[in-house]
Amino acid sequence: MSERVLMKGNEALAAAAINAGCHHFFGYPITPQTEVAAYMSKMMPKVGGVYLQAESEVAAINMVLGAAAAGKRAMTSSSSPGISLKSEGVSYIAGSDLPCVIINVQRGGPGLGGIQPSQADYWQATKALGHGDYQLLVFAPSTVQEMVDMVTLAFDKADEYRMPAMILADGMLGQMMEPVTLPEPVKELPKKEWAACGHENKRPHNIVNSLYIEPDELERLVDERYERYAHIQETEQRAECIMTEDADIVVVAFGATARIAMSAVRAARQEGIKAGVIRPITLWPFPNDILKETAKTAKAFLTVEMSKGQMVDDVKLAVECAKPVHFFGRTGGVIPQPNEVLEQIRKIAGGIK
Amino acid sequence: MAVVFDRPHALCDCNLHYCPGCTHGIIHRLVAEVIDELGVEGKTVGVAPVGCSVFAYNYFNCDMIEAPHGRAPAVATGVKRACPDDVVFTYQGDGDLAAIGTAETVHAATRGENIVVIFVNNTTYGMTGGQMAPTTLPNQVTQTTPYGRDVNTAGFPIRVCEMLCTLDGVALAQRVAVDTVPHIREAKKAIKKAFQNQIDGKGFSIVEILSTCPTNWGLSPVEALDWLRENMMPYYPLGVYKDSEKGVK
Ligand SMILES: Cc1ncc(C[n+]2csc(CCOP(=O)(O)OP(=O)(O)O)c2C)c(N)n1
Ligand code: SF4
Repeated sequence: MSERVLMKGNEALAAAAINAGCHHFFGYPITPQTEVAAYMSKMMPKVGGVYLQAESEVAAINMVLGAAAAGKRAMTSSSSPGISLKSEGVSYIAGSDLPCVIINVQRGGPGLGGIQPSQADYWQATKALGHGDYQLLVFAPSTVQEMVDMVTLAFDKADEYRMPAMILADGMLGQMMEPVTLPEPVKELPKKEWAACGHENKRPHNIVNSLYIEPDELERLVDERYERYAHIQETEQRAECIMTEDADIVVVAFGATARIAMSAVRAARQEGIKAGVIRPITLWPFPNDILKETAKTAKAFLTVEMSKGQMVDDVKLAVECAKPVHFFGRTGGVIPQPNEVLEQIRKIAGGIK
Repeated sequence: MAVVFDRPHALCDCNLHYCPGCTHGIIHRLVAEVIDELGVEGKTVGVAPVGCSVFAYNYFNCDMIEAPHGRAPAVATGVKRACPDDVVFTYQGDGDLAAIGTAETVHAATRGENIVVIFVNNTTYGMTGGQMAPTTLPNQVTQTTPYGRDVNTAGFPIRVCEMLCTLDGVALAQRVAVDTVPHIREAKKAIKKAFQNQIDGKGFSIVEILSTCPTNWGLSPVEALDWLRENMMPYYPLGVYKDSEKGVK
């Protein structure tokens, strides 16, 4: 077991990616993810890996496409405006059944927005990063240790399901320093028989492609992908439940916001309000099952986000409108305060009584 | 009976979808012959982006990747960095390389990315039905320049080899044509040199090939070759624009 070290979220994530066998990183500078690229540029030469600063996010994601197509674990990281540019490439990666990991250290939007933490790319990540019928695996860490653990998980799951995976972090987690334990470097990576890296005259040529001119063929391929997605929805939902067994009010929050929600819930408990937290860890697949189950006992839900309310739709769908779902959010880089969340909990509790 | 002329092994045994008289077919054959002659099919990866040649992944026997429109040099960069011992080439049209993919092209070139770019210049967007391309000649009529390309509003054509030869990362920038037998021989020599450059680790090599699009030019295959000679060659002179062994022209 490695020792515990104090690291910034972005650096810890980068270090964990290298240990997960990612020796190919392609990026383009943008705040607040800069430390990921800086760490990669420092460490990749030491492990015989590739760090390349591309001419744009468009180029960076296509370099990831190339390295992934050649069978390597590849990663790119960016923040909101840069992720918009990557969307074309991500769609092609998904359409070509290639695994890779994309980091989004979110900042405020739309447009150039701001550089403070945000969660306003939830819809983009879970519903519409690029054109076509497809999904990404989306992981939402809430501690620096989780940034580390999830990058390994993201690479493993991306390889297992041959699809892109995203770590949806935010500026707060990226900049925060916490003690972490890094994983040991992986020794063996999965074999990729489909990779386009030269057939060595030993097999027919491999083709990595997303073009299917015949509608029937394209539909069949998308259907196959959706069967995989259905399996993922059944088996990969992840969430953390804190004090939800007896909770009347369940706060639903992901990432750094979940930590704020926890402080508010602890304070509410001291006032005698039975509150709890569900923290989605996978945003796609969304943890529908646990929310649906909790809706049997909870009286109301409060979704807290650093946005104008995006995940709240998924919470409503998950609880099938069996219980009221309230929303509280701050946006533009403003971080919700525990007392603001507590105030919302009190208001809902007043209504319930 | 002795076989004197055969399909190169690197070219698949299938019908190409190109229009009759289109010179894409000749260019495919030349690339395949070079791959055969250098004996590198087993370690070659081709990258073909959107354009008339998008189905190249079905035509070349080496491993193939289809890239988004304009992004082939970035995809090829990813492959080459992942597998430095592979031989990596892109096969791009003019709209792809010099409009939507200009940034990817210029930066792969200036990084001296050790890849081969086969650049098919036919002065038009073939696949989408003959719209103006960055290489469309002044006054040339296309679907989207119905009164001829007006350089005052639509700008001037880009001479790609002339532009790229100023970059230090470029090992070879050569313009060739495939309109006559001597030119086809010359083109093959250039393509072979580009591949050899990569094997020797010399950096970015681009071979621009003046090509016909009889369908969208509205000409017969023979007329198209005449049109290419009369109109394209004066604007896009053939020759070696940069050869790192010899310097810039
Ligand atoms: C992002 C994007 N924009 C537009 C298109 C439509 N499109 C397909 S091929 C093409 C032009 C191809 O022209 P060129 O690169 O010159 O190659 P040619 O077909 O002439 O060989 C365009 C615009 C596309 N596929 N993707
Ligand atoms: S449209 Fe033009 S470039 Fe495309 S295959 Fe036909 S002749 Fe060739």
